[in-house]
Amino acid sequence: MVRKVVTWVDDRLGASRFTRDVLAKVFPDHWSFLLGEIALYCFVILVLTGVFLSFFFEPSVAESVYRGEYEPLQGVVVSDAYRSVMDLSFEVRAGMVMRQIHHWAALVFLAAIVVHLVRIFFTGAYRRPREINWMIGLTLLTLAMFNGFTGYSLPDDLLSGTGLRIAYSIALSIPVIGTWMAFLVFGGEFPAEQIINRLFVIHIFIIPVLIAGLLTAHMALIWRQKHTQFPGGRRREENVVGERLWPTYAAKSMGLFFGVFGILALLGGLVQINPIWLYGPFKPAQVPSPAQPDWYMGWLEGALRLFPAWEITTFGYEIPNPFFPAVLLPGITFTLLYLWPFLEAFFTSDHKPHHLLDRPRDRPMRTALGTATLSFYFILFAAASNDLLAKWLRVPVENVVVAYQILAFALPLATGLGTYLIAKSLTKREAEPPGAAPETARTS
Amino acid sequence: MKTPAQTKGIAAAFGVSVLSSIGLAVVYVQGGQTQLEGLLLGLALGGISVGLVMWAKHLMSEGEVVEAREVVPLQTDEREEVAEAYEHGAEEIGRRTFLSKWLAGALGALGLAALFPIRSLGVGPEDSLFHTAWRPGTRLVKADGRPVRPSELPPNGVLTVFPENHTHDADSQTMVIRLPTGDQIPGPDEFSAEGLVAFSKICTHAGCPVGLYQTQTRQLFCPCHQSAFDVLEHAKPVSGPATRPLPQLPLGVDNEGFVIATSDYPEPVGPGFWDRGRG
Ligand code: FES
Repeated sequence: MVRKVVTWVDDRLGASRFTRDVLAKVFPDHWSFLLGEIALYCFVILVLTGVFLSFFFEPSVAESVYRGEYEPLQGVVVSDAYRSVMDLSFEVRAGMVMRQIHHWAALVFLAAIVVHLVRIFFTGAYRRPREINWMIGLTLLTLAMFNGFTGYSLPDDLLSGTGLRIAYSIALSIPVIGTWMAFLVFGGEFPAEQIINRLFVIHIFIIPVLIAGLLTAHMALIWRQKHTQFPGGRRREENVVGERLWPTYAAKSMGLFFGVFGILALLGGLVQINPIWLYGPFKPAQVPSPAQPDWYMGWLEGALRLFPAWEITTFGYEIPNPFFPAVLLPGITFTLLYLWPFLEAFFTSDHKPHHLLDRPRDRPMRTALGTATLSFYFILFAAASNDLLAKWLRVPVENVVVAYQILAFALPLATGLGTYLIAKSLTKREAEPPGAAPETARTS
Repeated sequence: MKTPAQTKGIAAAFGVSVLSSIGLAVVYVQGGQTQLEGLLLGLALGGISVGLVMWAKHLMSEGEVVEAREVVPLQTDEREEVAEAYEHGAEEIGRRTFLSKWLAGALGALGLAALFPIRSLGVGPEDSLFHTAWRPGTRLVKADGRPVRPSELPPNGVLTVFPENHTHDADSQTMVIRLPTGDQIPGPDEFSAEGLVAFSKICTHAGCPVGLYQTQTRQLFCPCHQSAFDVLEHAKPVSGPATRPLPQLPLGVDNEGFVIATSDYPEPVGPGFWDRGRG
């Protein structure tokens, strides 16, 4: 049977040698190499559940009176978008679980990408020849963030409506072209009618297609360049040591897919997420309080909260406050990330190809920069819930803001310095003659 | 099969999956229940996962395999051929500068023309950011459309209002406040009516509704990024990231005793933008 199929295909495509190599391909094994795979499988799960959701969602802000199953909102005027998500949640069988798996999958998707990025950074896996894949990966991260944001804006509930309003104001803050941009993207002054429909097209078509394309390229490059590996054992620059794709690696990877899906199913069934019936429909004069966005938007929200009351006004023109934390900061962040492989090569004068990974401690400077940067963004992220912290500590929120503003500079310095010293002392200890003490013990 | 114990474990995992899938179908047919669906789907998928991973780990593994990797690119001589092949074709195009200029011109013109439909995406900003729906004499109405009498507001009372017939107009939303007697009424005299003052409800930071009035401090508070505006100081920002005061709406009372606006806001409301100073 197998032979017949192989013969039939090979007669037509001549793909036997290629397929043989595919099945025999070797993949190095390390738990941290699974992070990218988790992200990939989250995307698959997002597409599967998303297709189901898209059959029920109505991207329209036309209004009607809610008469659905959810009692507390009976008689409230809501948009079609909001009503269709309510119906999907309460009336469509398995709709709620699909919706919640979809939302959880988005959160885990972003988390897996970010941790994957961190792993790539600290092990130096972006170095030549993998700079292109580093940049593709960063593009995937931005696309995933945009798609997460457009997705949770669709139900037209009070929380996401507030997020959209802030997004509109951020677009408005861009110098020269800001007003035009905001009006063309939103279709007019906020809250323009077209926006939900546009977000829908972007969310279910434009960005997913881009992600699918870039993911394919991402994996094709891994295939072509072969995966990196940690040094040690028989592993060298000029080889790959691990398990064959068929059957071991394939079975494990499929196991991972089912595992990720299983955990997301448990979360989607048992842990409530984005309960839009509690937020209520979007009303322009209302705002939920306290309001926190999905986690991957936290750093931007925190930056908006921490940036001081400052803006530029000259010659009758102004660059409003939100521009700096919400446009300039992400712009600088991603520019530096895209350039990082080249910057590092320039500063270290290391232009050689690398297939063996670094241990973080062996590159104290890079590792220190990494932890410092991470702690800066962590403070921004934490600041996105400064109102909750202030409430909990019973102190004025201004004080919490000042504390975070100081931490945003102090913590990166401290973690960076600490990391550097720890890395240095770890490598120093290793450099000492191995097991000096046991040896003296033996001779005595 | 090396050890029967491992085989049994793997089979059990797949068995759990089969049972859970059956259960899932039953729950669905019975009308569905979110928690059970999640639990059973999780177990159905998790069973396969555990089974596969155990199988791969214990029974498939052939140990480490070493595969060679091309460290240096091996096709260095072919690079020259690529460059030559390209240049060979490009030469023909480059030689005919006259034609290639026309081609570039045609493509450029087409590209520019193709940009025009972007304009269809929405109306231009024109003057819309400089005006709201308030006009001289427009009554203040509540969200349900009913007009407001000055007596409705007790000291320290606040109300969200819209221009009459424009209760959906997001950028016209306004907060009317009655300050307690003894407070200095902020703003020009002709802006207040019978002790009422009104400020735009749109935060000058990023446009959230400034929803909370703190009676103790007479501050309006924006829950989005915690900007606070001091009403006694004509709503100038006292903390948080907002940089500009909330614009004040001039109020009056019409001859039927309802509160009206005597004109539009004197300046643009809401978050800043590039040419805000133009108005
Ligand atoms: S929108 Fe009010 S503080 Fe940011």
